[in-house]
Amino acid sequence: MNITMLLEMAAGAMGDRIAVGTKADGITYQELYERAQRAAQVISDAGVERAGLVGLNGDDLPLMLFACSLAGVGFAPMNYRLKDEQLRGIVGRTAPSLVVADKDVLGRIENIEGVDLRERHAFAEQVTDSAMIEAGYTDPESVAIWLFTSGTTGDPKAALLRHRHLVSYVLSTVEFMAADESEANLVSVPPYHIAGMATILSNTYAGRRTVYLPQFDPEVWVAMASEEHITHAMVVPTMLGRILDAMEATNTTLPHLRHLSYGGGRMPLPVIERAMTMLPDTGFVNAYGLTETSSTVSVLGPEDHREAFASDDPAIRARLASVGRPFPSLELEIRDPEGAVLGAGEVGEIYVRGEQIAGEYHGKSALNAEGWFPTNDGGYLDADGFLFVEGRLDDVIVRGGENISPGEIEDVILSHEAVEAVAVIGIPDDEWGEQVAAAIVVKLGASLSQTEICDYVRERLRSTKTPVVVQFREELPFNDTGKLLRRVLRSEVAEYRASLNN
Amino acid sequence: MSQDLKSGSRWQSVVCSGEVVIVKAPSAPVVLTIGGVEAVLAGSQEASGAPAEGHEGGTQVGKRYEHGDSGLEVLCTKAGAGSIAVDGQILDVKGAQALPSSD
Repeated sequence: MNITMLLEMAAGAMGDRIAVGTKADGITYQELYERAQRAAQVISDAGVERAGLVGLNGDDLPLMLFACSLAGVGFAPMNYRLKDEQLRGIVGRTAPSLVVADKDVLGRIENIEGVDLRERHAFAEQVTDSAMIEAGYTDPESVAIWLFTSGTTGDPKAALLRHRHLVSYVLSTVEFMAADESEANLVSVPPYHIAGMATILSNTYAGRRTVYLPQFDPEVWVAMASEEHITHAMVVPTMLGRILDAMEATNTTLPHLRHLSYGGGRMPLPVIERAMTMLPDTGFVNAYGLTETSSTVSVLGPEDHREAFASDDPAIRARLASVGRPFPSLELEIRDPEGAVLGAGEVGEIYVRGEQIAGEYHGKSALNAEGWFPTNDGGYLDADGFLFVEGRLDDVIVRGGENISPGEIEDVILSHEAVEAVAVIGIPDDEWGEQVAAAIVVKLGASLSQTEICDYVRERLRSTKTPVVVQFREELPFNDTGKLLRRVLRSEVAEYRASLNN
Repeated sequence: MSQDLKSGSRWQSVVCSGEVVIVKAPSAPVVLTIGGVEAVLAGSQEASGAPAEGHEGGTQVGKRYEHGDSGLEVLCTKAGAGSIAVDGQILDVKGAQALPSSD
């Protein structure tokens, strides 16, 4: 039971289907399987314990993942956008390893001890010329994927996903050959994101063709989705708004798009409502999960979306902001700081347990004695079992002993017609410990004052939740997977506040 | 020779093309048959002959089969004409839940 088995089954039962690439010149599951066996031989010949990739998305990504599994080594896709020192640091941590890199990245990661560096095209040629590996037994306990967490605090941690976690995830969430031959999935999340890995496994098992965008660009995404008759795609929240803008700007409709899933961060309500209006025939799926949980643990499906969107009942309508119900194959609880399980509507930390939950970093498991993984995300379950995620516990603002969740305030500010984007953060305050601050991007051509927006918030929430500082900005700082860089923002807004006092 | 049905190990039928992988090991030793004859480690034998009477229901690739008493769960990785059984009891297909695709 290892991830190679998923490809082997696909090659056996639907070998002639296109696995990766365009309708015109993609490669089939059988070809992918054969090529993975050649790549595995090249990796095996290198005598390494891990293989890495530093570069853009490409059609060779599934090949690399499955080849590593066949060779019995862990696969480590790494973020080429990191600064040189940090990138060299994580590349070095994969040693002894074979690392395949894009040409323009090579120079930045040369001469690292224990790292056998290969240029991406040269590696592809070596694969073509290689024999196929004689695959042996791969222990389900062995590590299949190494993912370095984004590391917004301190050194990146290496999250480990073992074969048994990934196979459990796929078997419990995907029906084999569930896709029909016309289905195609557009991938624009980067390879070093858990969604970029999970998509390979899920779509291989379902038999759905995958089309890669080297990197996300809204116009290219819309053009590709239209040309390739894309039926399925996954995006992070910051991508969706830009895709909708590009559809409007280029006057493109996407009639083939049946299914659009999103996750990896909080989706602003106005954006999903706009998306559902512009794409009425598309089924939307909000997925919640973490690297450490082998991707998704809870989904709000297409029917839930439609029901919530059409409902006048505020409790049902509110579900549009939820991540739906946890998978039946795992357990999920909300707990207080002492570990006691909380009831419906009570906010606490989200804990998960199940066969797909890895909860492990290199050298250290983060599971508790009973096998539960504390996610460090705050949230609650409603009376019907819908999960609402409020964000990282570290992001909760503690103002004079009161815990304030930024999400609720962000939703209110975003509902103001002049607001394009917003982030609410806590900034240090001598009197209160922390105070509520907001960074706001105003829509083009609109105007907004601090007094106006503060009155607006005060009318809808308590005064303790009203920002004391508002910084109007050109843009908010996001990383390339759409995660808001709250730490960066906190220090910038704190500096802005200090400048006002001087 | 008893079968070591450890998680992740792969087994084939000797009378049809059927193959399975063990998803969950049994809680106590059991005998796994495919097509009515004891299954062997995948790749160890050429299959020949036909499934025994009462074991001709066949298997479907991608379906999971489970044995309630022992907790054994297998995934069919290659379809065949023979049914999967544990200690003579034909296994049922485990019901799949329809989940929306999330990645």
